[in-house]
Amino acid sequence: MASMDLTLQFVPYNEIEGMSSMGRIKKLLDLVKEDKIILLEGRLRKEEEVELIKTTMEQIDDDFKGLEIGVFYSDQQYGDLFKWLKGAFVNMLMGDRIGLTVIGPASIIKEIKRDPSKFQLLAHAPHQPKKAHHKKAKAKRRR
Amino acid sequence: MLQLIQKFISRVFSDLFKSRKKIKLGLYGPPNGGKTTLANRICMDWLGEEMGTVSHIDHETREVQVKEQINIKAGKKELSFNLVDTPGIATKIDYEDFMKKGLHEKEAKKRAKEATKGVIDAIKWLDDMDLVIVVLDAIKDPYSQVNITIIGNLAARDIPVLIVANKVDLKKSDVKKIEAAFPQYDVVGISAKYGQGIDKFYEALFMLAEK
Repeated sequence: MASMDLTLQFVPYNEIEGMSSMGRIKKLLDLVKEDKIILLEGRLRKEEEVELIKTTMEQIDDDFKGLEIGVFYSDQQYGDLFKWLKGAFVNMLMGDRIGLTVIGPASIIKEIKRDPSKFQLLAHAPHQPKKAHHKKAKAKRRR
Repeated sequence: MLQLIQKFISRVFSDLFKSRKKIKLGLYGPPNGGKTTLANRICMDWLGEEMGTVSHIDHETREVQVKEQINIKAGKKELSFNLVDTPGIATKIDYEDFMKKGLHEKEAKKRAKEATKGVIDAIKWLDDMDLVIVVLDAIKDPYSQVNITIIGNLAARDIPVLIVANKVDLKKSDVKKIEAAFPQYDVVGISAKYGQGIDKFYEALFMLAEK
């Protein structure tokens, strides 16, 4: 049975903290193009996420099909006032460090599914050798 | 008497110098959600002509399309805007997907290249929008990062948003899931193809314009 190697690379937030937006995007895209699945501590700013999509589109070619991205963090919704205040305080201190961002090449990741409580990463099946080749080889041996 | 004259002069001057800014109403969302179908319905309802072509193949709209001077009325309410239909925003485009839908390799590669340019243009046009309708396919998972990123960006730019849950004519559609995913926004369930919910959509559009 064919297997597939997956490389997960953890990127701590302090590795991108001091970088410009374009610097962050370049670093993350370079890793994706090395067929790595990035686990980024924290998240990009909203405008950086859009810029990442834009830059990805500019770099799509026959070899690079784009990426899949999923950002997971607890929203500050909801519950009682104390929980909301606590969440807002933590957000103020930690900012973009909260949460987890998963980014991977579209050639490896089929889909990142998310619902409020969980995150699923669906990978493409590894390439299977075609059965037709075996049949042709058998037919040749019989002759 | 003096007050009447002052009011009259003030009204004349404000009419003369009022900036006639045209509202730009954008249709945004992932590919194949029904943006162009909705644009066509709006244009047919108020102009008597369609705006663009639709297809079962993703990324049919690959250029930003603008229809100017659409005036919609309901009772005493009136709204004028330029309608901007944008290419679906995606994080990946694979020409082989188009080949699976029947396109030849050359055609598929050309479509893929146009589609990437279309996504870039759609993102660039975000800055110019006054109001945005985000069109989501009500049978698909609303929690995709593309949806969250688009809506998050619009919120960050203080652009009023109305979410349309399209394709309610289909059995698997789930408007409540979209409402739960984006509780801070008004969500209207419609079928752009068959016209279900369109009156409620126009009511919601008037409310959006007042924000």
